[in-house]
Amino acid sequence: MSKYNTHVLICGGTGCKSSNSGQIYENFKTILGEHNLTDEVQVIKTGCFGFCEKGPIVKIMPDNTFYTNVTPEDVRNIVEEHIVKGRKVSSLLYVNPENNEHVSDSRHMEFYKKQVRIALRNCGFVDPENIEESIARGGYEALGKCLTEMTPEQVIAEIKASGLRGRGGAGFPTGLKWELCAKNKADQKYVICNADEGDPGAFMDRSILEGDPNSIVEAMAICGYAIGATKGLVYIRAEYPLAIDRLKIAIEQAREYGLLGENIMGSGFDFDIELRYGAGAFVCGEETALIHSMEGQRGEPTLKPPFPAVSGYLGKPSNVNNVETFANVPVIIIKGAEWFSSIGTEKSKGTKVFALAGQINNVGLIEVPMGITLREIIYEIGGGIKGGREFKAVQTGGPSGGCLTKKHLDTPIDYDSLVAAGSMMGSGGMVVMDETSCMPAIAKFYLEFTCEESCGKCTPCRVGNKRMLEILDKITRGESTMDDLQALRNLAGVIKDSALCGLGQTSPNPILSTMDNFWDEYVEHVVDKKCRAGVCKKLMSYVIDREKCIGCGKCAKGCPAEAIAKTDYTAPGHKLPSMEIHGETCIKCGACINNCKFGAISVQ
Amino acid sequence: MIKLSIDNKPVEVAEGTTILKAARQAGINIPTLCYFELDGMNFENKPGGCRVCVVEVKGRRNLAPACATECMEGMEVFTSSPRAINARKTVVELILSDHPNDCLRCEKSGDCELQALAARLGIRELPFKGEQTTFKKDSTLSVYRDMDKCVYCRRCETMCSKFQTAGALSGVNRGFPSVVAPAFDQPLGESSCINCGQCVQVCPVGALTLVDNINDVMKAIADPTKTVIVNTAPAVRVALGEEFGQEPGSIVTGQMAAALRRLGFDYVFDTDWSADLTIMEEGTELLQRVGKVLKGEEAKLPMFTSCCPAWVAFYEKNFPDLLEYPSTAKSPMAMFGATAKNYFAQKIGVNRKDLVVVSIMPCLAKKSECAREEFGKDGNPDIDYVLSTRELAHMIKQCNLDLNQLPEEDFDSPLGQSTGAGVIFGATGGVMEAALRTAYELHTKKSLPKIDFEEVRGLNGVKEATVDFDGLPVKVAVCYGLGNARKIMEEVRAGNPNGYNFVEVMACPGGCIGGAGQPYHHGNSDIIRKRMEATYREDAGKPIRKSHENPDIIAIYKEFYGEPCGHLSHELLHTHYFDKSDKIEATLQ
Amino acid sequence: MTKVKSLAELKAMKERLHSVLDVREKAENPESLVQIKVGMATCGIAAGAKQVMAHMMQKADELGIQAVFTQTGCMGHCHAEPTVEVSVPGRESVIFGHVDNNRADEILAKYIQNNEKVEGVIATNKTNQ
Repeated sequence: MSKYNTHVLICGGTGCKSSNSGQIYENFKTILGEHNLTDEVQVIKTGCFGFCEKGPIVKIMPDNTFYTNVTPEDVRNIVEEHIVKGRKVSSLLYVNPENNEHVSDSRHMEFYKKQVRIALRNCGFVDPENIEESIARGGYEALGKCLTEMTPEQVIAEIKASGLRGRGGAGFPTGLKWELCAKNKADQKYVICNADEGDPGAFMDRSILEGDPNSIVEAMAICGYAIGATKGLVYIRAEYPLAIDRLKIAIEQAREYGLLGENIMGSGFDFDIELRYGAGAFVCGEETALIHSMEGQRGEPTLKPPFPAVSGYLGKPSNVNNVETFANVPVIIIKGAEWFSSIGTEKSKGTKVFALAGQINNVGLIEVPMGITLREIIYEIGGGIKGGREFKAVQTGGPSGGCLTKKHLDTPIDYDSLVAAGSMMGSGGMVVMDETSCMPAIAKFYLEFTCEESCGKCTPCRVGNKRMLEILDKITRGESTMDDLQALRNLAGVIKDSALCGLGQTSPNPILSTMDNFWDEYVEHVVDKKCRAGVCKKLMSYVIDREKCIGCGKCAKGCPAEAIAKTDYTAPGHKLPSMEIHGETCIKCGACINNCKFGAISVQ
Repeated sequence: MIKLSIDNKPVEVAEGTTILKAARQAGINIPTLCYFELDGMNFENKPGGCRVCVVEVKGRRNLAPACATECMEGMEVFTSSPRAINARKTVVELILSDHPNDCLRCEKSGDCELQALAARLGIRELPFKGEQTTFKKDSTLSVYRDMDKCVYCRRCETMCSKFQTAGALSGVNRGFPSVVAPAFDQPLGESSCINCGQCVQVCPVGALTLVDNINDVMKAIADPTKTVIVNTAPAVRVALGEEFGQEPGSIVTGQMAAALRRLGFDYVFDTDWSADLTIMEEGTELLQRVGKVLKGEEAKLPMFTSCCPAWVAFYEKNFPDLLEYPSTAKSPMAMFGATAKNYFAQKIGVNRKDLVVVSIMPCLAKKSECAREEFGKDGNPDIDYVLSTRELAHMIKQCNLDLNQLPEEDFDSPLGQSTGAGVIFGATGGVMEAALRTAYELHTKKSLPKIDFEEVRGLNGVKEATVDFDGLPVKVAVCYGLGNARKIMEEVRAGNPNGYNFVEVMACPGGCIGGAGQPYHHGNSDIIRKRMEATYREDAGKPIRKSHENPDIIAIYKEFYGEPCGHLSHELLHTHYFDKSDKIEATLQ
Repeated sequence: MTKVKSLAELKAMKERLHSVLDVREKAENPESLVQIKVGMATCGIAAGAKQVMAHMMQKADELGIQAVFTQTGCMGHCHAEPTVEVSVPGRESVIFGHVDNNRADEILAKYIQNNEKVEGVIATNKTNQ
């Protein structure tokens, strides 16, 4: 067998795939064929590289060239110039915004420099549909080690010693969770993988399942061995078809290779995995709701205790971990707890994957060591704020989290520091905002989400969130009073204090943290009826400067609401009377500003 | 035992006790809304959803729901700290912000737990104003749904889907518009609902109420062309007094008869009488089936009772393959109606269309039963109207009567005299005991050595006994709650491994005394216990306690029906059942 | 497909499959490895560069040399094709001309492994640029 001397890695994650990376793959196959290079060059669809801002991404190995924003039409150029002639296609290389230089090696990009990829170690590296690549990369070795060289107690001890905490949001110590479940005797136990990723904008779990499904299969089997379960279930949202396909392939291949099924690697340990599909309800990420949904019941949480470790799926002891948590497990087993716990902060070990989004230059999926600062993430990895605008806040933890501000930029991020700052880790959503973001409107946005996703079971969440949303709506429409702000604060406090599950208890966080950090902005909306970010349309008015207006009437012609009319005033030096906008009919679409060539219209 | 303090009071409770129960033990009554328990009857609704019972626990990050939080050693609980009270009041204010608050004209006014809660917490303002949920009003012949009033306590859902396993009601929608409803927006009447009405009995507010027929009855009474007669079920007389401030367990048979007469009913009869008739038919049918089986002939055993209309609807919808098992005997109410319209009308010379038969029942399912097409003739029903115990109380009050001040009067003849056997129909196990009293004597031709069958009495959900019929062992079972009945039916489907010969099923907790038309018990199962004690007290005080010894029963066979399970009784007193499983299948798909 | 029956079998399979990822893993950290660039323009291919490259890759594996192979365009020494540029960490890169299988073996065994001189070095003016 002749060896491929060049590997072309094409991102086959959902993001790049929807930007036509499938066609890129086909074109590579065809054009390499034309050049008789199919024996020398291997073309592989991998999982996500993380730098989604620049997708679709194509990586050429072994010279580690990182092509960005590749279109199917670019493929011929890459093959004929780079692969055949060894000349990098500079027009497709990443440009460092600092000095406008081309960077071909991803290791030299700011986006990747500070990243430490543990959970994402194989994403963008292996072919997720080929278990052999995983095995070549050391996959299933951790499982083999556990089964042949370690007792279940030792496995749990190792995970405990690593300090790994749940990556789904709350940060419960994983080893302790395993231990609690292991303690309960039962004829059947279950390992459940929570792949019901629900935070808006977060897609790390999907990326891991798409890019490295075998690590999850392996980790679930390790967990099964540790807690004494022979069945694994993955609760995955049906909106993740690619992840489902890849996971199915991985499970199938693992069975073929004897890495799932009976008597795995001659150890006498049996384990197999099935998929359960969720309909994408946010609350089903809560473990009791998730279990009910898997059982065919209404997906709503129940009170804990009993914890799933005691009574979970079908009443049997069950251990629920999130995808990213599982992704860390095999590495810990192979490299050891000590190695893992050397990364991160005192109470938060290892790394965390964040989905970086919002008004930031480098949008994408990043994995960073715990303890990194927001400044490093935003200004180094993220490449700073778009358009060079001013940083205002960053929202972490999704709808359960809160907003952090400039004063938190140098806080090392971990589970506990985020909570102390009024936010939370959550599943790792990170939305960066600049001065064009209105904080009451942001709070309203998240609350709309929680209202939509509330299961409705408890009063504070079902009715309370609705009432908070109505108050926020009044605020953004300029119809509220200071009493409303008082009521909002009290209500937020009561909901946090009295809601049944994590969703309800954390739903006021976006409000409380924006009120704490941006109180002035709330007061401005209420007292001055002003939205400084210019987001709340009801609080804006469009005004024509009658001295500047030449009366051309272009604004009136383009006004969809017919809100602009002539006045009887003609400015000195102008021939036609000035125009004016009628506030009550104006819909604030902004068309007039775009139509006015004389800069006579402004927003106030 | 666990030691803790509640409001600085030391308390000692058994492990597993909730804060709510520990507090009650210490004389501290934490308010609840969604929590609902029928102690000793295997019914508990504890979703922990309303958050009215939240209390402060020292060291805990957030407030704890007292109903669902177990006591821990050394716990310090504060049920009335400013934080707990603020949260509790806010929660109730939130509930009221999505409630029509039309108490003055609400059926539940005065009996509403939310109203009582708001009064107790001193809610004087409604600080939260905003959108309110609205839903289509919906009604069966028994149950009226106005879900605008639903507080989403889920009691009805637990009752319907867990206790009765009817599965008609469950949580639908999510977030603010969450509500308990039949699946896919079906009308309740087209769902798997069996009209047991227990959802109404447990609803804390006016979201689920009964279908009120008082006006229909008042109109009939006022119509000079109509002769209006009434019959009252056994369970009514041990509960009606509660509506007039009497202690639970008071027996008001005589005053009730007096009240009915003053309301203008032309004849006041007793369903206890037709309960005795039922025993004659059903007991005979049982002996016939047993006899056939003993002879090696084809007959279905166990035989199930068929008095309970919710139970009938349940097996028609869920067990269409087992329709030959229940007795073909009609319910006592239906037998009364058939006798009234076919015999009594003739006897007093009134056209059956001009004879209006009203039943006073502890039951809401009876409102649906009386509309069954086969229980009538040429479109004229045997029973025209069914009023529940609660409606009767309303009617008495509306007509300016005070039950407590009325004299005790007797029922009219000939459909008024009953035995103790008819009386105990009201309690779970009663039909069985009454049937055994008669069947034993008919079969053995001997007098019962002991008339009381203690083993089939009491509030256990399922009771079993083997009765020696002079050498023939008869194995019987008694259950209430259709979840229990479902288990037995599934056993029967699997070949009746327990070898039952006769099974009594009642849908409601404790039997008819816990019926959906009875005064609201608000989860106080002692009320049901006291009604049960009263039932057996009434039985014990009766001069005749076996149905076959009722002289009016003996007379009607002589005069009209001939013999039990004879030709005419088959025509008038027996019925058949229909496969109604299409409703269930539609729901399941 | 035969099933993996033990950890030892898994490890053996990993060893066997490892070469699949070799190119990619090396690319993660190329500076510490020997880099071998084979001129693969039309002139190079005509002179047998493809075959030489395959041979060198196999030989390097046999000798245990951790090397990154890339193909590159015309290096401007068309008279001396096939040409191969070798950069060993810590040494200046050198271009060899007229590389056939024998010379390739020498480059690997002598030049790379033992830092001995091998014939065929093309003088470049790179350093003067």
